[in-house]
Amino acid sequence: MRRRLSDWHRYWVTFQTILTKEILRFSRIWVQTILPSVITTTLYFVIFGRLIGERIGTMDGFAYLDFIVPGLVLMGVITNSYANVVSSFYSSKFSRYIEELLISPAPNWVILAGYVSGGVARGLIVGTAVMLVALLFTEIQIHSALVTLVICIMTAVLFSLGGFINAIYANSFDDISIVPTFVLTPLTYLGGVFYSISLLPDFWQAVSLANPLLYMVNAFRYGLLGVSDIPIGVAFGMILIFILVLTAFSLLLLRRGVGIKT
Amino acid sequence: MFALDAQQLTKAYKGGFQALKGVDLQVEEGDFFALLGPNGAGKSTFIGIVSSLVRKTSGAVQVFGHDLDTDPEGVKSCIGLVPQEFNFNLFLPVLEVVLNQAGYYGIPRREARVRAERYLRQLDLWDRRGTEMRKLSGGLKRRLMIARALVHEPRLLILDEPTAGVDIEIRRSMWSFLRELNAKGTTIILTTHYLEEAESLCRNIAIINQGEIAERTSVAKLLGQLHTETFVLNLKGCVSELPELGGFVLQHLDDCTLEVEMNRDHTINGLFEALSRNGIEVISLRNKQNRLERLFLELVDRRAAGLEGRA
Repeated sequence: MRRRLSDWHRYWVTFQTILTKEILRFSRIWVQTILPSVITTTLYFVIFGRLIGERIGTMDGFAYLDFIVPGLVLMGVITNSYANVVSSFYSSKFSRYIEELLISPAPNWVILAGYVSGGVARGLIVGTAVMLVALLFTEIQIHSALVTLVICIMTAVLFSLGGFINAIYANSFDDISIVPTFVLTPLTYLGGVFYSISLLPDFWQAVSLANPLLYMVNAFRYGLLGVSDIPIGVAFGMILIFILVLTAFSLLLLRRGVGIKT
Repeated sequence: MFALDAQQLTKAYKGGFQALKGVDLQVEEGDFFALLGPNGAGKSTFIGIVSSLVRKTSGAVQVFGHDLDTDPEGVKSCIGLVPQEFNFNLFLPVLEVVLNQAGYYGIPRREARVRAERYLRQLDLWDRRGTEMRKLSGGLKRRLMIARALVHEPRLLILDEPTAGVDIEIRRSMWSFLRELNAKGTTIILTTHYLEEAESLCRNIAIINQGEIAERTSVAKLLGQLHTETFVLNLKGCVSELPELGGFVLQHLDDCTLEVEMNRDHTINGLFEALSRNGIEVISLRNKQNRLERLFLELVDRRAAGLEGRA
C-alpha cells in the first residue's frame, strides 16, 4: 500500500506518544527501575573490583576492575531494556489497555518500535548511570566511543525485542520473571562479564561461543578497552542477525495477534 | 455508502464454538443503531471484529468504504470504541489517558490538548483531569471512555453497553450527550441491556441471537408488531369485583391496583371512559413492561423454538 506524507507524520506522532509514555512510566518509578541496577553494580565494583579484584591482578593486560566495567555496564543495559518492555507490555495486556493501541491505526511496526525504543531509553539511562559510578572507581580511557555507543544501543534493542516476545507469550506475572531468572542471568554471567574466555579449556571456550551474550560483552569491551575475545566484525554481525530474527518474529506475532487478540 | 457493511461474518473460536454464523448487517451513515441480544449472543464478538480486537474467521467488513482486510488503518481511523470493560492504565491521570489515545491516532500534541479539553469539559471531567484513573468512580470512568473514544473525532462511534452500572442521573446525561453527537452527524452503534435505552435513543435496531441476526428493522416498525399493551392502574378506591369491559382484559394485582391488557385498536381514552362508567377512578397509570423488552423476549423465544424445531 502506498503511503502518503501525512501517514508518515501520523506514524511519527504515534511513535513519539508510545516512547514518551514509556519514558514517563519508568521515570515516575525510578526508585524501582533505575536505582536498583546502580546500587547492585556499585556493590559489584566494591566487592569484585576493589576488594577481590586487587588480589586477582590483571586480565588481558588490564586491572581486573577495569576489565569488568564493560560487562557490568552492559549487564545493566541488558536487564533493564528487557525488564522495561516485558513488564510494560505485559501490564498493558493484563489491564487490557493494549486495546487502546490495537484499535488505533498504528501499524504493528510502529507499536514495536515504540516499545523497543522505550526499553532502549531505560537501558541507556541505566548504562550511563553505571558508567558514571564506574568512573568513581577507575579511570577508563574509552577506546572507541562510536563502537561503545552502537554496541550499547544494538544490545538494548535486542533485549527489548526479547522482552517484547516474552510479554506476548506471558499469561501471568510469574511468566515475565522466568526468562530473566533462568535464561538471562546465567547467560550474562557465563558471557564473559567477569572473565576472559581464554581462561577456559578449549571445550568450554567452544561452548561459550554459542552464548549470544558473549558477542555483546566482548564487542562492548572492545569499544571501551580495545580488547575482545571475538573479532569485532563477527560480534557486530551476530548481534545484527539476532536483531533481525527477533524483529521479524515479533512482527509476525503482532500480525497474528498472538496473546493479544482472540 | 454505509457507515458499516458486514457481509457473511463468521467467527469460530478454538474448540469449535461458533460465535457468529454468517452475520450480514448494514448501518446507514448518520444512524443511531441498536444491536441487541442476550448474553453470549455474539454482540461483543461482532463489535470486536469491527474494531480489530477479534480476528474474524471469514466474511468481509467495510467501514465508510474502507475494507478491513485491505485497508485496516482506514477502518480504524473512522471508528471510536467505548468497550464494555474498563481498559485503562489505572495509574495514569485522566488527561494523559485522552492525550495518549489522541497520539495513537497520530494527532499532534497541541491539537490533542485542544480536543481533550473540549471533550473532557463536555463530559464534566475537566476538573478531574489530574486525577489518577483508579480514583475515579465507575460512572466517571464510563464518561471518560466516551471522551477517549471521541478525541480523534470518529465518524462511527461504537458503544458496548456504555451505561452499565451507572446511576440514572449519569445515564440520562450520557443519553443527552449521545443524542447531540448523533445530531451533529456521528453514526452511533450501541449495544445495551437496557432496552429502554435502545427505545429512547435509537432509530434502527438489530437483534442478534446465537450468532445470527434474528431481526433487523426500525424501532418504530418493531414496536408496531405489538398487538397488545399492558398497563398497571393505581385506583383511587379499592374494587372488589371486576367489571366486564369489552376489548380490555382486567385483573387484580391487589384490591386497589389493576392490570389492564388492551388491543392496539383500542385507546386509553376508551379505557378511561369504560372505567368511569363503572365508577372506577384512576390516580396513575404506567406500562407494565418495557415494550421493546417484551418484543425482544418474543423474538428470542421464537428463534429458540425454531432452532429446536429444526433439531
